[in-house]
Amino acid sequence: MKLPILLALLFVTLPLATAGKSTTVKHKGKTNAAKTVAIAMPRFRWENFSTMNGLPNNHVFAVLVDGDRVWAGTEDGLALYEGGKWKVFTPADGLAHRVVLSLAADKRTGDLWVGTMAGLSHISAGRIDTYTQLNSGLSNDVVYGVGVQGEFVWTATAAGASRLNTRTGEWSLYNERNTPMAEIWTYAVSVGADKVYYAVWGSGVLEYTLATGRWKDYTDPDGENELVLFKDQGLIHKITTSVSYVDNTLWAATYFGDSHYDGRSWQNFMTKDSGLPSNFTNQVKGLDARRAWFCTDKGLAYYDGVNWAVYRPALDTGKPEMYIRDASGKITPVPVETAPAHNYMLGIDFQGDDVWVATAKGLSHGIRQK
Amino acid sequence: MKRGSGTALTLVAAAVAMSLLSVALPHVQANGPGGNDQYLSPSEMAFSPDGRLLYVVCERSDQLLVLNAKDGAVLQRIRVGHVPRTAAVSPDGRQVFVTNSWDDTVSVVDTTTNAVTRAITTGAEPYSVVVDRTGKTLYVANRISSDVSVIDIATGVERKRLMAGPGASYLAMSADGSRVYCSHVYPRIGAQRTVPQSEVTVIDTARETVVERILLDGVAGMFHVAVSTDGRLGVAAQMRPKNLVPLAHVEHGWAFGHSLTVFGADAGGTIEVPLDELEHYYSLQYGVAIAPDKSRIFVTASGSDVVTVIDTKRLLTFAHSRRKPFVNDLSASANYVMARIAVGKNPRGVAMSPDGKRLYVANRMDDTLSVIDTASNKSVGTLDLGGPKNISALRRGEQLFTTSRYAFQGQFSCANCHIDSTFDGLTWDLEPDGFGKDIVDNRLIEDLSGTEPFKWNGGNASMSAECGSRTEMYFYRSQSYTPNELADLVDYIYSLPPRPNRFRLPDGQLTAAQERGKAIFDRKMNKFGKAIPEGNQCGYCHSGPKHTNQKQFNVGTGKWTDRSPVFDTPQLVNIALTAPYLHDESARSLEEIWTVFNPHEQHGATNDLTKDELNDLIQYLRTL
Repeated sequence: MKLPILLALLFVTLPLATAGKSTTVKHKGKTNAAKTVAIAMPRFRWENFSTMNGLPNNHVFAVLVDGDRVWAGTEDGLALYEGGKWKVFTPADGLAHRVVLSLAADKRTGDLWVGTMAGLSHISAGRIDTYTQLNSGLSNDVVYGVGVQGEFVWTATAAGASRLNTRTGEWSLYNERNTPMAEIWTYAVSVGADKVYYAVWGSGVLEYTLATGRWKDYTDPDGENELVLFKDQGLIHKITTSVSYVDNTLWAATYFGDSHYDGRSWQNFMTKDSGLPSNFTNQVKGLDARRAWFCTDKGLAYYDGVNWAVYRPALDTGKPEMYIRDASGKITPVPVETAPAHNYMLGIDFQGDDVWVATAKGLSHGIRQK
Repeated sequence: MKRGSGTALTLVAAAVAMSLLSVALPHVQANGPGGNDQYLSPSEMAFSPDGRLLYVVCERSDQLLVLNAKDGAVLQRIRVGHVPRTAAVSPDGRQVFVTNSWDDTVSVVDTTTNAVTRAITTGAEPYSVVVDRTGKTLYVANRISSDVSVIDIATGVERKRLMAGPGASYLAMSADGSRVYCSHVYPRIGAQRTVPQSEVTVIDTARETVVERILLDGVAGMFHVAVSTDGRLGVAAQMRPKNLVPLAHVEHGWAFGHSLTVFGADAGGTIEVPLDELEHYYSLQYGVAIAPDKSRIFVTASGSDVVTVIDTKRLLTFAHSRRKPFVNDLSASANYVMARIAVGKNPRGVAMSPDGKRLYVANRMDDTLSVIDTASNKSVGTLDLGGPKNISALRRGEQLFTTSRYAFQGQFSCANCHIDSTFDGLTWDLEPDGFGKDIVDNRLIEDLSGTEPFKWNGGNASMSAECGSRTEMYFYRSQSYTPNELADLVDYIYSLPPRPNRFRLPDGQLTAAQERGKAIFDRKMNKFGKAIPEGNQCGYCHSGPKHTNQKQFNVGTGKWTDRSPVFDTPQLVNIALTAPYLHDESARSLEEIWTVFNPHEQHGATNDLTKDELNDLIQYLRTL
């Protein structure tokens, strides 16, 4: 039991430790110094939150918007931003652990599910109930991902997937014994009405179909080979970090590029042939079948189906930076005065046209500019 | 032989006879709690919007009675589902909704035809129901699933289920319809041996979400909750068990206190208000009503056959004058109690006429309603609902179970700890063996025949011993039952059937996970092919129809607080309902029995199981 936790700590802390070592990014496309931007991509004024203005810790692993409220999962508690003030929940309040890794809202009940390093917490109108591998059927205490699908709460843990039926209290576990999960390190979960997708570290993407109760796996056709022999032949890599299922479309993130799958064909994105600032992607979140946001170690990227926009503090100077890459590969800098708190991005959520971004050095609120 | 010896011999003989009688009792087949006789057991009521009709829910007879409120005549007896608990009337008066606690449904009654038109599925063991002001949405408190169902009335579809507290049971809707309040009969499952804590769950009906949980420290066992018409005052009836200290003495409320929680803007927060008196107690506060002008609060003491009338203004003035909590001050009630009105046996629910002039009280144990004139605070009549006039042994036994008149100063009854003949979710420090010694979990009392002996140490060979001398010595400290009374009480307790198991498939079959769990329960070899010693197989100790071999063992769960590590093997009937577990409730969940408290495999061979397999075993246990 200790080994997975140690490994989990390593994977959570190592990227953060290296996040500060910014390096200059060489844009893969042609740079255009023109000041006017023909392509309309969202622009933001960034407001950043850190321990200086209310966050309990600058390492923010997850962010979730619930109406006017914003929840931030940090290394030192769960923070709630409401009415211009922060409130922090810690183990002293009943939270499973101080390190909060994942968040999911039950839109129907208004409850919040919180994945931590030591269990899953359920917050309902201030009451916190915690499920652990000792007091419940939860497969493992390290809960990297959580998603709510009606009465089911799905979790991605360091020892496989778990599903809690909140009406019956029954836990169902999914691992190497009953799924095509070669590795059981599930890293993220995305739920839809009909399907559930898991990002499984080393086992690609797993798909669960609610109607049949069956699992299907999507792995890298190149296997262990880091080369991509044929573009768009399948999932870009089997070390997956994030999945997002929206509009019957799967978006998948890996540390070696990202993938899009519409049920028939794959489309893959790497720095060499897209506007991704890095192949090292911590989270992808689709807006719909065409558009998605990518949280990478070298900035936040938005893809509108054709063009890309990147938001970050410049990797070399740290100054606010935004640029757009069009379909031809032409790169156009966009003058900006603010930037997210850090280039190492871990999570994103949306509040109308605004975005909230979890970074390694604080939580950033991107306020959409007209 | 001396005369005294003869008397003693006679008593011994009687005791032996009682013991044999209890052991030899055939299992009483019952279709609901208490038997399948013709008693009504009215428990709750609801008025039609125009006040002309009074609907009365009868738990025992599975009926909804329709009464002419003017003269009390029973106009109709409508068969509803099994073990109905409460009713609510739609705002237009055209429908009455009745919760059927053993069917997990709500019966919908068309008031123009007085016929049940359909049954709506709810959560497990629906207890209370309210209708929103539009007449479109039902809220149902489910006791076993501990949640509130939000149901679209037109379609009968449950839109969502909101997490409430353990044993969610009673609901009240604010007059403006914006809030639903839910109370609970069991406390939250907190850390072992800590002060019990309960909550009033507050639901925002516009968003259909829980927006507040009003915390009540020291409270376990809440019943009705009511809200004033202006929405500024809320009241909930409750018990305050003193379960953390030895029951060495019971004076001054050190076994139970009976109180109200008042909350809302008028209260300026949450205030717990005692209703007992220094030398007399009013046990098991149950039904609550607030006068339309808010001048008075009416509370039934279901163990004391009394309705207490409280002067609201005096209560709030007194409460606001006290800077510290006064819930344990038994002299306080004299400052705000206006009257104690004697009513029938085991008064439960109350209903106030729309004009506020009459309060109706459901006397559950004598099939009557008391009618109280709210101006004079006097009982002005009793309505006979037509139950059998002969009182059977089982009925007498149930009456004994629910009355507190046998206990010192009328402090409590069996039903205080065994709420609605179940359990209370608490551990108790019962024996006079020192502070914190031999802490014991209060066990469920369903389907007990064949589970003897009783007590966690197996010290009482028969129910007669359990309920007779033990109760007299350790609990009531007062009058004992006569042999006939004890026999009736024992009959009643043995008659309590198991509630329907909600974890089995409808056809009684097991799911795949439950089947796998059963194989683990029944196995004789571990996963490595090694034989499991007979005494360490689940099915050895937990054998027979009730899953107990009725013997005592050391399974490694004893603590330093226990005088002996040897415990009686508990039956597993409806084990899923009674968390926490083990003799001292040290296991918060079934999982913890093995993940935390079985390191040396004395409590079954489980250390070879994977997490999946342990989950399967637990899925099976929940079907028992």
